[in-house]
Amino acid sequence: MTDTDNLARTPLYALHLELGARMVPFAGYAMPVQYPAGILKEHLHCRAQAGLFDVSHMGQVRLAGAEAAAALETLVPVDIVDLPLGQQRYALFTDERGGILDDLMVVREPDGLFLVVNAACKAQDLAHLRTQLGARCDVDELADRALLALQGPAAGAVLERLAPAVVGMVFMTARRVDVAGIPCLVTRSGYTGEDGFEISVPAAQAEALARALLAAPEVAPIGLGARDSLRLEAGLCLYGHDIDTTTTPVEAALLWAMQKVRRSGGARAGGFPGADVILRQLAEGVARKRVGLVGEGKQPVREGAELSTADGRPVGRVTSGGFGPSAGRPVMLGYVETACAEPGTALVASVRGKAVAVTVCRTPFVPQRYYRG
Amino acid sequence: MSNIPSDLLYASSHEWVRQEEDGTVTVGISDHAQTALGDLVYVEVPEAGREVEAAEACAVVESVKAASDVYAPIAGEVVEANAQLADQPELVNQDPYGAGWLFRLRPSGGVDGLLSAEAYAATLAD
Repeated sequence: MTDTDNLARTPLYALHLELGARMVPFAGYAMPVQYPAGILKEHLHCRAQAGLFDVSHMGQVRLAGAEAAAALETLVPVDIVDLPLGQQRYALFTDERGGILDDLMVVREPDGLFLVVNAACKAQDLAHLRTQLGARCDVDELADRALLALQGPAAGAVLERLAPAVVGMVFMTARRVDVAGIPCLVTRSGYTGEDGFEISVPAAQAEALARALLAAPEVAPIGLGARDSLRLEAGLCLYGHDIDTTTTPVEAALLWAMQKVRRSGGARAGGFPGADVILRQLAEGVARKRVGLVGEGKQPVREGAELSTADGRPVGRVTSGGFGPSAGRPVMLGYVETACAEPGTALVASVRGKAVAVTVCRTPFVPQRYYRG
Repeated sequence: MSNIPSDLLYASSHEWVRQEEDGTVTVGISDHAQTALGDLVYVEVPEAGREVEAAEACAVVESVKAASDVYAPIAGEVVEANAQLADQPELVNQDPYGAGWLFRLRPSGGVDGLLSAEAYAATLAD
């Protein structure tokens, strides 16, 4: 329990200990994997009411300058130039082979862009941004800010009590508002499939904000364990597992993140790393695709399990998997041959040498409940 | 602190052993182990008739987060597994020394090498 001593700490470290968290190393940080309630109860609580997550380990970056949006478009196959003020969008950094270097969220602000990148990738992302974009815009890591996520069906009611200015915000929008008197950048988005918010807050006031949110009777602290099971049920990719440099956005079934303007025939087609590969795959199709799968029994199927047809021909591999507490059954993401990617396709997963029946299905595994107004 | 009944024997890998009057032993995982694992969502138990060696992985307990092996604390033949766990894996969390037992063994040798409750508790204190 003391192997977290040499790790970085978020501004909420002391609060996590006070709340009885079990701390684990994650992306170089000591992070709460669970609180005394446990992963299962935390997961169900977030779906029933609201959960508070410390995601301060993630990287927050500001791109400032008139050319920031056009500059960022050279690194992502995503429409950033036309992203309206106050809107948020999901994006992907690609590499020259069309692989995915990281996934990120982008907010358009009056004076530039606000990015949130994965903790494990942030050093590499910052170096990439500075090297590639440094001549066209300022790249600033916002290391003095914490990030809290408030997720769940009660999140809206809770935050409206502390920040009346968030009333009317819809999914994937951003506002600068005071929350409990603390100046924050709030986005209505998250990583659970539920309605909710991510709140960027000055590090020095993060604990005060967390305590104000936890004081709401609907809110319980949620650790990384339930964060993973919640995002998996929501069918959301985890970087380093479901997507990485060996998978392209087309294979990863993230086409929805590539607006038409960046595709062949669009006004700003291509112009991002790996565009030749990705646009060719868009036109010609891919040999394998990311899909969702459900287990037919109760046995969880986890990352790494091989997938094959009923007659034993290998067709792919599970990249994330576990028991879905709300789905009530095992749920998985994985890659399979395109011919096996149709929902309803029966496959077999190999778990400790035993065959487990699984079926390709659409994601999410539980209904999304984003607030769209 | 976790509950460590004094009438049981333990393996350092966190299984408990109860010697029954019919010469078989019942095996489960300790309160400490179930707490560390968290809420179980699936338990895989060995089939009756299987011969296991001491320290052989022969059951699997799965939480939301991970799958963990359970080891045979002593060598023997599996005579029965807890069928209730197929539908109620949470019994292991709720009653680790009672309804949450995993399997029964007919030992092929003795119970040498197992720990007393006191000795097991000392391993947890390290």
